[in-house]
Amino acid sequence: MKTRNHLSDVGVVNQVNIISNGLIDIPMLQILAPDGTVLEGAVEPELSKETALKIFQTMQFIRVLDERMVAAQRQGRISFYLASTGEEAASAASAAALSFDDMIMSQYREQAALAYRGYTTEQFMNQMFSNEKEPNKGRQMPIHYGAKELNFMTISSPLGTQIPQAAGYAYGQKMEGKDAMTICYFGEGAASEGDFHAGLNMAAVLSCPVIFFCRNNGYAISTPADEQFKGDGIASRGIGYGIKTIRVDGNDALAIYAATQKAREIAVSEKCPVLIEAMSYRLAAHSTSDDPTGYRSKEEEAQWKAKDPIARMANWLVSKGWLNQEENAKHVEAMRQDVLTELKRVEKVPVCPIDDLVTDVYSEVPWHLEEQLKDLKEHIKKYPEHYPKTAGRVE
Amino acid sequence: MAQMNMLQAVNNALMTAMEENERVMVLGEDVGHFGGVFRATSNLQEKFGRERVFNTPLVEQGIIGFANGLASQGSVAVAEIQFGDYIFPAFDQIVNETAKWRYRSGGQFSVGSLTIRTPYGGGIAGGLYHSQSPEAYFAHTPGMKIVTPRNPYQAKGLLLASIRDDNPVLFMEPKRIYRASVGDVPEEDYELPLGKAEVVKEGSDITLLAWGAQMEVMEKAAAMAEKDGISCEIVDLRSILPWDAETVCASVEKTGRLIVSHEAPQTGGFAAEISAKVQERCFLYLESPIMRVCGLDTPFPLAHEKEYMPDELKVYEAIKRSMNF
Repeated sequence: MKTRNHLSDVGVVNQVNIISNGLIDIPMLQILAPDGTVLEGAVEPELSKETALKIFQTMQFIRVLDERMVAAQRQGRISFYLASTGEEAASAASAAALSFDDMIMSQYREQAALAYRGYTTEQFMNQMFSNEKEPNKGRQMPIHYGAKELNFMTISSPLGTQIPQAAGYAYGQKMEGKDAMTICYFGEGAASEGDFHAGLNMAAVLSCPVIFFCRNNGYAISTPADEQFKGDGIASRGIGYGIKTIRVDGNDALAIYAATQKAREIAVSEKCPVLIEAMSYRLAAHSTSDDPTGYRSKEEEAQWKAKDPIARMANWLVSKGWLNQEENAKHVEAMRQDVLTELKRVEKVPVCPIDDLVTDVYSEVPWHLEEQLKDLKEHIKKYPEHYPKTAGRVE
Repeated sequence: MAQMNMLQAVNNALMTAMEENERVMVLGEDVGHFGGVFRATSNLQEKFGRERVFNTPLVEQGIIGFANGLASQGSVAVAEIQFGDYIFPAFDQIVNETAKWRYRSGGQFSVGSLTIRTPYGGGIAGGLYHSQSPEAYFAHTPGMKIVTPRNPYQAKGLLLASIRDDNPVLFMEPKRIYRASVGDVPEEDYELPLGKAEVVKEGSDITLLAWGAQMEVMEKAAAMAEKDGISCEIVDLRSILPWDAETVCASVEKTGRLIVSHEAPQTGGFAAEISAKVQERCFLYLESPIMRVCGLDTPFPLAHEKEYMPDELKVYEAIKRSMNF
């Protein structure tokens, strides 16, 4: 098998070709050319106009949200942000191929999957401003979303931990006899963690209905994929663990949808894991704490901007007669206004009262935390001007 | 002498160690050309090459396992864990391997030339997973040394001593003051002693003991108390393991009172160990109970970070309670 660096040539096929075994040079499913035309011989997935447009609008919304929130972080309105620019298709189109009952266990760059499930602009803002309306109670940094009603598990920062957890969650779904499975997102960097290897092996051995969805975006902060691993990417490892595997163009929404749809069908009907490796590129910085100019070139970024998944899908939608570019431009402007309006409104919402500092550590607040909370409240009352977020509501 | 912030002092110590000993190697996530997410390893790869300063795959257990092997071979490994919060995948390698290597082999083998650098601590809006102070987990592990500096001068001298010490050292860097703490640092090679606390300000009424970024908080609290006429002696523990009970107890015998403060949760925190030892040794000298000003026994919060932190107001209140006991 040849050694593949992230940016080297990737062979293309235009059939859904799930590799069940064997050590081969793994090609990449592609349906749309970068200009949005359907490749010769490629089969479009069964995708209704409604679903196609929902995928597309989700991608556009996330692009708008990301741009606005990176700016908001620069203005000091939120403490941190992490954009998914260039990778919107991977999350949006894969989420579209799932059933709503399927659990999503994500890393932290899959906001498009959450938006596809129906997470609203207001909900995004509530989380990023850590306010009292946020169901995770403002306990984590911005972008660590979680929504039980949307079957979206609360995100944890440590990398790769969700991978074996997804295997366990899926096993539980299987044992309960549910027609549902779990999708687990992670990056190619996280796939170096021990938890990746533990998780894939256990999912295979214990026949868990789970899709491991790797967004291979070429970088783990500053570390390029060719310093992250040798061998044929992440997909080749699935084969090693005896897991059905497919590599897909991560900037081709149709290919991602087709691959995920097939993967889900296999996971649920055969009760087994499937690995998808989506080849994309992190056009964004790792986060607002990062500056990629220190480790990669503008030329490299330009190569990938030319493969933009949103423009690619837009051209396809236009060719189908499902999208009018002028109307779409107005729609995007309306999205921008909506994001800005919600941002301005939500940033005034207060954080949770101080009592929520000690709830949820256990199912009930134990004596020592009651005691610590009591002491803390007395202290805040003594120096209210030093604790302005909570002092006004301490009883 | 040059003015440096703590990151520059750490970088300068690594440069010094690598120039002096060609067997010193630096490894970790993003430490190569990029110079680490905090830039503590800036320019090291340019100066010493990719074979001595290298990025690793994103796997903490691998980094420490690899560094253990490297150190056992006789090389000098300086491994970076990007955030203290992410050290736990390497817990097995550190607790069961690093710390026990010498003991289990009857002294034939050791990883004494290993130093693990990691940023720790809160106050940066980092929430659960970019704020923790995990020293107590490792302080329960015989075979490790644990060191933390309070300013750039201490950082360079203690890091050089840690790299050259014949025992594995966990070197915890207080990231809140990485750039905020600026001071004079000699350009030349120097070491500061491991296992030795330092009295940074003498006083007669009460001893305030802390380490790392918490030293700044103690100094602010002491300044508040001085206005009330309370004379505070401030001690920087510097080494958490083994810790300098002699210096701490000498201070407590002088002042009769002790407050220990850390950001980590109170229960099972290192202040508990210090309190136990000091009351064993200094029982008849104590004028009031030893007090702890620590983080709450919760995961590290985000929205309530300010309320959670053991700030100078909480320490000041504890000083008054101790004085008025």
